[in-house]
Amino acid sequence: MKSSVIVFPGSNCDRDIAVALEKMQFKNQMIWHKETTLPKSDLIVIPGGFSYGDYLRSGAIAGKSSIINEVIKAANSGCLILGICNGFQILTETGLLKGTLLRNKNLKFINKDVYIKVMNTASRFTSKYQNNQILKINIAHNEGNYFTDKKHREELQKENLIAFKYCDESGNISQNSNPNGALDNIAGIFNLKKNILGMMPHPERMVDKFISNDDGVNLFSSLIN
Amino acid sequence: MKFSVTVTLKKDVLDPQGKVVQTTLKNLGFAELRSVRQGKFFEVEVDELDQRKAEIKIKEMCEKLLVNLIIEDYKIVKI
Amino acid sequence: MKITNKIIENHGLKKDEYKNIQKFLKRDPNILELGIFSAMWNEHCSYKSSKVHLKKLPTKGKQVIQGPGENAGVIDIGDNDAIIFKIESHNHPSFIEPYQGAATGVGGILRDVFTMGARPIALLNSIHFGSPTHPKTKSLLNGVVSGIGGYGNCIGIPTVAGETKFNETYNENILVNAMAVGHAKKDKIFYSKAKGINKSVVYVGSKTGRDGIHGASMASAEFDENSEEKKPTVQVGDPFTEKLLLEACLELMKDNSIISIQDMGAAGLTSSSVEMASKGSLGIELELDKVPCREENMTPYEMMLSESQERMLIILEDGKENHARKIFDKWDLDFVVIGRTNNSKNLTLKFNGKVEGEIPIEALAEKAPVYNRKWIKKKLTKNKVNVKSLKKIKLENALIKIISSPNHSNKNWVTEQFDQMVMCDTAQRSGSDAAIIRIHNKDKAIAVSVDSSANYCKSHPISGGKQIVAENWRNLISVGAKPLAITNCLNFGNPENEIVMGEFAECLEGIREACEYLEYPVVSGNVSFYNGTNKKNIYPTPVIGGVGLIKKLTEPLTHCFKNFGSKIIIVGKTFGHLEQSCFLKEIHSIIDGKPPDINLLNEKNNGEVVLKLINDKLVSSAHDISSGGLIIALSEMSIGNKIGVKINKPHNLMNLTEYFFGEDQGRYILEINEENLKKVEKILKSNNTYYENIGYTQENFFEIDGEVKINTNELFKINNQWYNNF
Repeated sequence: MKSSVIVFPGSNCDRDIAVALEKMQFKNQMIWHKETTLPKSDLIVIPGGFSYGDYLRSGAIAGKSSIINEVIKAANSGCLILGICNGFQILTETGLLKGTLLRNKNLKFINKDVYIKVMNTASRFTSKYQNNQILKINIAHNEGNYFTDKKHREELQKENLIAFKYCDESGNISQNSNPNGALDNIAGIFNLKKNILGMMPHPERMVDKFISNDDGVNLFSSLIN
Repeated sequence: MKFSVTVTLKKDVLDPQGKVVQTTLKNLGFAELRSVRQGKFFEVEVDELDQRKAEIKIKEMCEKLLVNLIIEDYKIVKI
Repeated sequence: MKITNKIIENHGLKKDEYKNIQKFLKRDPNILELGIFSAMWNEHCSYKSSKVHLKKLPTKGKQVIQGPGENAGVIDIGDNDAIIFKIESHNHPSFIEPYQGAATGVGGILRDVFTMGARPIALLNSIHFGSPTHPKTKSLLNGVVSGIGGYGNCIGIPTVAGETKFNETYNENILVNAMAVGHAKKDKIFYSKAKGINKSVVYVGSKTGRDGIHGASMASAEFDENSEEKKPTVQVGDPFTEKLLLEACLELMKDNSIISIQDMGAAGLTSSSVEMASKGSLGIELELDKVPCREENMTPYEMMLSESQERMLIILEDGKENHARKIFDKWDLDFVVIGRTNNSKNLTLKFNGKVEGEIPIEALAEKAPVYNRKWIKKKLTKNKVNVKSLKKIKLENALIKIISSPNHSNKNWVTEQFDQMVMCDTAQRSGSDAAIIRIHNKDKAIAVSVDSSANYCKSHPISGGKQIVAENWRNLISVGAKPLAITNCLNFGNPENEIVMGEFAECLEGIREACEYLEYPVVSGNVSFYNGTNKKNIYPTPVIGGVGLIKKLTEPLTHCFKNFGSKIIIVGKTFGHLEQSCFLKEIHSIIDGKPPDINLLNEKNNGEVVLKLINDKLVSSAHDISSGGLIIALSEMSIGNKIGVKINKPHNLMNLTEYFFGEDQGRYILEINEENLKKVEKILKSNNTYYENIGYTQENFFEIDGEVKINTNELFKINNQWYNNF
């Protein structure tokens, strides 16, 4: 399977995701943001980091870059798109995913391992997980507080578009297990066609037992099939 | 009485955010763009009928909290 | 402009120093030249008060590739891998503007490391604030922590370890020390020494603005009531641009285009060009009209003294200009040839075709003033604290009070604001004795830790100096790393004060002795004098940052207990030294007497034996005993995984308070699986190492025979409440 990782100035998880993809046997290419064409890919990843310093709004400037038009075209033709952290923020700025990511409710950057629950395994991203499986996964962001309007919130529920929700160690979903104030504890969502996933937690940080754990592995192994 | 407070970085202080916004707008084709500085905006309402006194209070709020005088300037306007 | 006495004084130059300038130039300087002398001759750049003492530090060893004198120190970790690291202070700017001060501190130290060709792989910090109840502390802490995070998180380098301490000595002068650690190929290290004449001198990075004109002089001036007025010298950090600069420099470093490279830190363009020329015994001519400027109408004086961040000076090989320019264009950074090297041995500054200044390089560098300042030996106290005369307090209550105190509380509030995981090689994050960073794509790792002990250094500078080195060494040992070398950040008061200078000289003597004995050389560092306000100097606070090597990382060793029913042993002898302890300070507000002695022989022996036990996989968890003594160390080991202990009272007739709270040095607590105990005891005995079996781990309760019994959940809660309520 071929993957492309888009690198913006200020991306800083680009190497991490490339290492994870290669470990999972993807044939990966790094694509500099000034490129105007994308190589044929089965998966496009927009990595975490601080594209353009996250100045103005997280993801706002990257959302206006030339390569993004190619990403949008690819998305519309059904290519799989994964946006992690800043990548999720960029996807909402481009409109590929609805909603937005506000500042964390405690107004501070948060880096820690949290628990998330897999809410929908019927997707190309999550099929290798069990329904309601609890994952321990690292978050690192300033703006991870997902928010959307009422109509979209209903759509998310009705169409089962919530991929992950923050929970506690035993799977309870409550305000206590919500690290950043996200609406309905949302940690990741799909678009309607489920070929796009945006998520705040970092699965690429959880593919090496040596460093953390391997709870992120199944996301990539779901994709490789 | 209601006032707006605009806080901007002092003229000589580097404004990384403004710089990036400026470059991006240029890249989007706004050739006539000269410069962009980013700042903060507050709406402050006080229980005070005398405008002069109110402004003194707001000035104090600015200097005590809203503004970092080392790197920022501010402007108070009645709205 | 006529140079008046007032102008000379404003430039921080003494009368004698001005006379020397006249001698070197054989004429009066103009204002531009005066500014340049002032920047190069101030404490920050010239090390004029510290040089004579710094020379005594051991800086060599077979692991050392580059000692002090370059942008950072370089050590060899085998297989053509080198580690490049340094610590630096940003105290004064952080007090004035905590967010930007701390952020630019991180930016500056990162440049020191990647200038030498290293990709930064870890950041550490040592931050010291005034009393927690002081009105400024809260906003300073908030600002500094988010500033450090703001820069490190954005540029994408994990902040993996550090210390956050409170002491009223820092009420009006906080300390913000940042350390950066990078990895490079041993055969791909870049230095600042210029070579060859008529080579292009290239300016890359951000544009020059009127930032921090005379920041380096500010960093060397005491604060007074008017320090508010000194404010405009604080700069704004731009981590995004630094990230671009980092990637662009590393890209250019892949081939042989660069002859030498130097970041523009304190005293910006001045110190970088002088340093490069001085090391190469060359001259440099700069055409200042070519300097990329952010503001209109900038003068040569402003350009030479600006401390705008995120800039570098590079001397390029012939014919490499276009290649290099392409790389910097790709990253949207300025790239301008602003001058050339020559053999004049002068710094020549031209503006609009006219020579505006010309100074012999050696006058700015090796002939800069050096002072052997007067210093007096510390008057040592022989006071003993009689523990029996103190108001009685139950062990349990004292334990609770200490682990809920600001200095001993869990610091997740701080560390969770730092991205510790980015780059995916952080095998051990903050919270243990040292952090562990894996070398990318290899199975070896380095361990890093920063430490300080201001109270010890204040009461007994020599012991204090020795103690920090020893503690830093122990912290690396405790995670199974062989300590290799250190960097130091020496935060002291006004060096013109004989007492302060005495503290400096004696702390350094202690550091020297310990480093020599432990074969733990100093490879880089920074001196920060004039910490204090209105004649009140801070406690002497040398900060030590150490790097150790784990040859084959299997499973990172944490300080948290792992299993129920393990044996607990202490390596090293407990005498019960209470003077200068955390117990006396926190419980009885007594700061008296001398700190515990450092027996370097035992220190080394104990450390080496513990390292052997860890390498032989005989240890389940390890922790060194430091501030707070045995009981605090045990509680820290319990809190992590909420595993309790059952500890016996000592066999001898030692006073319980002294036994549990004494801060005797050279001690470690080890958790040992029952089945390994015999082997461990045999190794300890055969190495003549003193040890005691003190109990075992158990479920639910932290317990000391008949004295203490606390549920581990409760212990965890107590340890976490202070920051949560902050």
